[in-house]
Amino acid sequence: MATTGDTAAPAAGRREPSHGWRLFAIWLVIALAADLVIWFVWKPHLPPGTLSTSAADQQFDLAVLSVIAAPVMIFVLVYFSYAVIVWRHREGDDEDGPAQFGHTGIQATWIIGTAVIVLSLFVFGTYELISPAGAGAGEGPAPIWTPGGKTLQVQVIAQQWRFTYRYPQFGGFETTQLVLPEGQWVQFNVTSIDVIHSFWAYQLGVKADANPGVNNVAFTKPTHAGSITVRCAELCGLWHGAMFDYGRVMSPANFLAWAAGTRVQLASVTKILPPYATTYDPTEIATLGKVNVKLGLTGAGGGYYPPQDPSQP
Amino acid sequence: MSLPVRVGTLVVAFLAVVGVAIFVVIHYFLGGPPVVDYSAGVPANAGRTVSVVMQEDPQNSVSTHPDWVSYFIQSPTSHQWVHTTLFQVPAGSRINVTILGYDGCTPLRNPFWGKVTGTVGNVVHVNGRPVSVLNSWANCAVGHTFSIPGINLNVPVASPSSVQANENLCPTSPCTSGPHTVVTFSFFTPRQAGDYFWQCRIPCGLGYLDGFGGPMQTIGFMTGQMEVVS
Repeated sequence: MATTGDTAAPAAGRREPSHGWRLFAIWLVIALAADLVIWFVWKPHLPPGTLSTSAADQQFDLAVLSVIAAPVMIFVLVYFSYAVIVWRHREGDDEDGPAQFGHTGIQATWIIGTAVIVLSLFVFGTYELISPAGAGAGEGPAPIWTPGGKTLQVQVIAQQWRFTYRYPQFGGFETTQLVLPEGQWVQFNVTSIDVIHSFWAYQLGVKADANPGVNNVAFTKPTHAGSITVRCAELCGLWHGAMFDYGRVMSPANFLAWAAGTRVQLASVTKILPPYATTYDPTEIATLGKVNVKLGLTGAGGGYYPPQDPSQP
Repeated sequence: MSLPVRVGTLVVAFLAVVGVAIFVVIHYFLGGPPVVDYSAGVPANAGRTVSVVMQEDPQNSVSTHPDWVSYFIQSPTSHQWVHTTLFQVPAGSRINVTILGYDGCTPLRNPFWGKVTGTVGNVVHVNGRPVSVLNSWANCAVGHTFSIPGINLNVPVASPSSVQANENLCPTSPCTSGPHTVVTFSFFTPRQAGDYFWQCRIPCGLGYLDGFGGPMQTIGFMTGQMEVVS
């Protein structure tokens, strides 16, 4: 901008462009392109994929949030870039800029716009957190949001440093393999028999804390065949980082064949397992043998050193 | 304060910090238990057989935690017992394992781990008798387990089973006498090199939460690594 009448004369004669409309046009083109890329190119690759209803919903949520967030971020970047390029300081221009006063329209638009975005995301996010059937999250022992109808019951038992899975509808066998059928709602009953763990079936979009003495219920419906990575998501000791395994989703017929075969294969160990329950307390074992009792063992609690022992925890 | 004193103080402080750093590195990062090498002179992926010998004791008299239960591994060259849980084996080989079970019985937190998996034939031989499942709740049957989750290996190591034997366990380590079992089994190492952690699943960390602290969380006692080399 000019500082004197001499240099101001040409500027005063030049018609100032409509910066608002320019900014809007630039922002609209870039934001529209970004949203189209996000929705049609990026979304199919967003985690955690589409192996289950909860996973697909989480992918949808991420895409929706990205589609809404991208134009906001792009507006900030476009305005910043426009200001740097168009309103930059020019050689010989030492004049102060014009005084800025409040603009009710801009202020109202800003407040209403951000309020609408935040509140609508609040409503959307709250709905998505509970739908469908708890959205794959642990709901505690008495879930409010359930899929209804018959579900496949799978108990997840966490212990340092391995998950095991128990299938009560198939004789209660326990296995280190997580195998699920496609197209059927699954109810995970997640518990622990030692410290706190967290069952995170990544591709299923399921994460539920595994607490000793607590049955934490989570639901999902696998939609097609695929593999699952299960990790512990709660620091649980020395080998926490190695506490992972891989599961599979297969056709219902293959699942039934697997369950029948595994039930027979594991019959010898199934009969020494405790009766199926939603939680287990290994410190109180009712079926301890005579020698164990005579040795003073009441369960698998770890016990304590005698008082005279030099090493006290 | 004069300049020489200030410089001297700076030098002393610098040396103190460097000294502490060197101590931490040596003591905590380089001071781990030794690795018993069963792979020396054995080519990997050649279908060779290696024999690994271990013992698990009710205590140890060789560490600062004498009341912690512990595994020992026998050196293949000197045949001395080494207080460690790290051993090296060749890839693609058959490993014949002998574990001397000197410790008494404890119920498993999850009796599922009483089932033998991952061994040749899915059995272990306890004092020469083939066994596929040990019930640690109904019987005084399991002292510890030797489990390598990475290759789905789980071996419940049998314990002396009578009250008398459990009350007269070997008092000093490494054990050379006293009631014990001899557990043998075989498994195959993967063809690729890698480190596979192993652990005991009996809650034998006496005095710690759920029996899974202390020796259960400390390499050199009840957990360690099998290093497969190619």
